[in-house]
Amino acid sequence: MSARDESVWRKLRRRRGATAGLALLALLASACFASLGWSVREMRATRLSEARQSPSWRAPLGTDELGRSMLARTLYGGAISLSLGLLAASVAVIFGTAYGAAAGYVGGRVDALMMRAVDVLYALPYMLLVMLLAVSIGARLEQWGLAGAEWSRFIVLALAIGGVSWLTVARVVRGQVLSLRERPFIEAARSLGLPTHRILLRHVLPNLAGHVAVFATLTVPQAILQESFLSFLGVGVQPPQATWGSLAADGIRLLNPVQFAWWLVIVPCVPLALTLLALNFVGDGLRDALDVRARP
Amino acid sequence: MGSYVLRRLLAFPLLLLVVYAGAVLLVVAAPGEGLETGEKDLPPEVLAQKRAAFNFDQPWPQRYFWTWPKRLLWDGDLPAMRYEDWTVVEIIRAALPVSLQLGVLALGIAVAGGVGVGVLAATHRNRWPDFLATSLCLVGISLPTFVIGALLLIVFAVWLGAVPVGGWGRPEQTLLPAVTLALPYAAYIARLTRNALLDVFGEDYIRTARAKGLPPWQVLFDHALRNALLPVLSYLGPAAASIFTGSFVVERVFTIPGMGTHVVESINNRDHSLILATVLVYGVFLASFNLIVDLLYGLVDPRIRVGAKTQ
Repeated sequence: MSARDESVWRKLRRRRGATAGLALLALLASACFASLGWSVREMRATRLSEARQSPSWRAPLGTDELGRSMLARTLYGGAISLSLGLLAASVAVIFGTAYGAAAGYVGGRVDALMMRAVDVLYALPYMLLVMLLAVSIGARLEQWGLAGAEWSRFIVLALAIGGVSWLTVARVVRGQVLSLRERPFIEAARSLGLPTHRILLRHVLPNLAGHVAVFATLTVPQAILQESFLSFLGVGVQPPQATWGSLAADGIRLLNPVQFAWWLVIVPCVPLALTLLALNFVGDGLRDALDVRARP
Repeated sequence: MGSYVLRRLLAFPLLLLVVYAGAVLLVVAAPGEGLETGEKDLPPEVLAQKRAAFNFDQPWPQRYFWTWPKRLLWDGDLPAMRYEDWTVVEIIRAALPVSLQLGVLALGIAVAGGVGVGVLAATHRNRWPDFLATSLCLVGISLPTFVIGALLLIVFAVWLGAVPVGGWGRPEQTLLPAVTLALPYAAYIARLTRNALLDVFGEDYIRTARAKGLPPWQVLFDHALRNALLPVLSYLGPAAASIFTGSFVVERVFTIPGMGTHVVESINNRDHSLILATVLVYGVFLASFNLIVDLLYGLVDPRIRVGAKTQ
């Protein structure tokens, strides 16, 4: 850890919201991933005689309409939700950084053209395109046997959500690269005769890390939230695959005043809301600690 | 300025073409023609007749890039694949006003509520109204809309019986969905307003205004708020665009017969003609909206020079 990293770490720790968020995230993530070995089997175990049980000693968080344990389903769904968010954020960050860095470093006419394309893409109806992508490409993957029904939607959703979130990253990174490019150390690297890819990878990229980290942290909750919307609309992950969003959506669908199965909604929503809050807190804290000021 | 507007107007059809072509590619990439009903095989005669009705005798580039757009926009007789008694134009003509009404109402609630709460929070900094507002905002951004909507429905429609559970047409049916749709945006606007106001309160001219004995409300409304609302103003463009195009979830929760419902249904049903038409509608809407917003920025804040070269 360099001195600068250490000071950022200290600044981040000083913010109570961010520290609490980090701790909460670590707790939730380790609970979800550590229990995967158990939850991956248990989330499918149907016991029709015990359907729709409210929380009790036997079923700590109740059971769903097929008698599956909500504890197992929520833990498993958390692992899937978090992975989906991380995967989508990585796609957005990798592609956005590459695009923005290339545009900013090359500059001139190429830059103008590339950023004009980003402006144009900003005006696309995204939810609609992601839904179309999930349905059509997901079905193709399945047809070609590249991935099973459970995982094809997951992969397509992560790629699609990441694929529409890279625009902001590209804009921010380009702005940073434009100002970095004029700095003396880059000029020095250039005058030493270093090849362009080496300058970009070894000298420009490390200086972008802060900005990129902030946007990555803020993209994860966005992706998790969007997946929950898509699940609610019936174009999210396909059962028996589950995410917090899809569990909440299933709960909402089964909600009626006659048999009020409140735990089916509350149980997945609590960790979902906590994760989104924690990620937002960490992202904001990181932004303050790194002093990143950029357009949202 | 003039040449800028002209350039943007020229880019308009290009943008639409990009959106439409993208949707066509996705439709073509999906397995099947969209004519299969799924449950059982159609008799060959019926299938042949359907194929003819939807121009499936033509190769797909001709069908999607010439015949369908022509039938959709010029003749207006392209039926929806799943509801063949209805043309796509009829469906959209019925659904679009519903979504627009919902969107305008939600935008109004988001701005009024967001600014109101933000002002309250900033003027009562670190006291209970501030904490209450901040926690409400956190709920607004961290719970999915469908959960908030369902909770509102249970409380106000089922337990209190104050409003109908769903549907559209009567004024009392519009309130809950509009509030639900507005909530995340209201939360963000409240946060923007609060932070901007707190920044402005630290400025010298506010101290001057207070020192010369102006009543607090006049300082707030005449001096502080006018400057604090600039960030809110520049957020309005993106917010309005995503409120109008993002009502899918809310329309589903409250069973509202708007554009969002048709988008979701057409995608789930592989109703290709309706999918392409809705994509076009949203494309036109977003593109013109972005153009208007960009032009308005220049009018509202003369410091922003529209069309100036980006550094």
